[in-house]
Amino acid sequence: MRNVFPILTVVAAIVLLWYAGAVWMNSAWTLDRADGPLSFGEVVRDTMSQDRPRLPAPHQIGAELYDTVIDKAVTSKRSLVFHGWVTLRSTLTGFALGTIMGILMAVAVVYSRTASMTLMPWAIISQTIPIVAIAPMIIVLLASIGVEGRAVPKAIISAYLCYFPVLVGMVKGLRSPDAMQLDLMRTYNASASQAFWKLRLPSSVPYLFTSLKVGIAAALVGTIVGELPTGAIRGLGARILIGDQFGNPIMIWSALIAAAVLAGVLVSLVAVMQGVAMKRMGFAR
Amino acid sequence: MGLVIAALIVWGVGWGLNVAVANSRRSDTLAGKIAVPVVFGITVIVMWELMVRGLEVSPVILPAPTAIAATFAAETETLWGDFRQTVMKGALSGFVIGCAAAFAASLLVDRVPFLQRGLLPIGNFVAALPIVGIAPILVGWFGFDWQSKAAVVVVMVFFPMLVNTVSGLADTGPMQRDLMKTYSASYWQTLWKLRLPAAMPFIFNGLKISTTLALIGAIVAEYFGSPTRGMGFRISTEVGRLGIDMVWAEITVAAIAGSVFYGLVAAIERGLTFWHPSQRT
Repeated sequence: MRNVFPILTVVAAIVLLWYAGAVWMNSAWTLDRADGPLSFGEVVRDTMSQDRPRLPAPHQIGAELYDTVIDKAVTSKRSLVFHGWVTLRSTLTGFALGTIMGILMAVAVVYSRTASMTLMPWAIISQTIPIVAIAPMIIVLLASIGVEGRAVPKAIISAYLCYFPVLVGMVKGLRSPDAMQLDLMRTYNASASQAFWKLRLPSSVPYLFTSLKVGIAAALVGTIVGELPTGAIRGLGARILIGDQFGNPIMIWSALIAAAVLAGVLVSLVAVMQGVAMKRMGFAR
Repeated sequence: MGLVIAALIVWGVGWGLNVAVANSRRSDTLAGKIAVPVVFGITVIVMWELMVRGLEVSPVILPAPTAIAATFAAETETLWGDFRQTVMKGALSGFVIGCAAAFAASLLVDRVPFLQRGLLPIGNFVAALPIVGIAPILVGWFGFDWQSKAAVVVVMVFFPMLVNTVSGLADTGPMQRDLMKTYSASYWQTLWKLRLPAAMPFIFNGLKISTTLALIGAIVAEYFGSPTRGMGFRISTEVGRLGIDMVWAEITVAAIAGSVFYGLVAAIERGLTFWHPSQRT
């Protein structure tokens, strides 16, 4: 709680800088249109309420957010809730896919020397390839084998970004029991599967949750990247794209803020789940 | 059909070879560690070639590796131009500016505990955001050329780098700092001789994350407008013209650039943090 005051101060400073920036960046357009010399107050008032500002003031974005989140019906195509839901669905699908893939690969890596030597270098290389370069290809490929719509390609892209942190965290987690604990399992005459379910898997849970927090943020980034270059018409990324094409910065910024809120909510949800799971499993003291 | 069966045989041989190498006595040598992933990569490429030919996949959907290699060889000049525009001008300059700015900011944050408590949670939050979405705005502000791409990269790498460097600077024990105090070391001496070396593994972690982000940022920004060259520009136009082999050639360039970039940073890390437990083998 002692961090609240510093955080609020920094947020207030950011908002102040933002307003100053809005005045500075939008004033050129104000002065261009003016007939005569304007007083400073008039310039400031005009920069706060332009239709297509270079940098929209925070209250303009707030008004747009209120309009598109609260005022519009949830089913309307102009409602941000609708677009957020489209993005959220792909994100969660990709997150589930990526998590399952990451966990399965981690189990293979921990149990098979061949898999560990083969997969780990390629997993690292796969992350150095900029996924956005492949995004348009994935859509072409899937469309040609008969997968319609954009939900599946988006989910694949977000799974691609999301599996890696899960894989790395789970490998670390499954290897975290030390020799003493593994020996104890052997003295109990536990089978390999018992050792996995009763020792390795439970002790990997803290590592899993830490990587899930990274993973879900990565999955959201993947979905939005998947919506940007592919001409999607639904989803928060598509709102950014359409706002860019129609030259409407307020729309871009409100979609960005909505994406930020979504990211915050998703990460905090995983954090809450982590807290509950840790407590029930006896990790928290 | 014969080629498909051949592909499956190639898979079996490749995997068998890897199992043999991985379980042999040589698996801990450097040669073994390199051979296994290389054999896997070659196996996949050969299978890809055989499958595409055997199943007669249209080159508009998935071109064969040989076709991609042919395009790569024929279009080297275009690819080199795109590489220079996107990687050297856009990604690299943004990477350097962004990381340097984040480093300077983290020194400031580190000196002011108030900022540390206020800015760090926000930095952590921002580092998890889909910042690429800011690309169209920055392209609008800085124009179509590489400056806007560099700006996107700066914004993308800033926060991961800041968060990592600040936590690295905090990674010295009270005992070590007390020792510096008994030597009557100044702030800058402590920083230079104790805390920066201790922060190196964290800083390099941030740099490694940033290499990937830099390429992503530079390429995505090109989807929103660029001069008529650049990797993102080429990919989006060639997909529209169904020049899929050219797209794969660009992906190859992106993959090589990304891996080399990452490898360079990792090599510098090995040289500078040779003392760290994670680097001892």
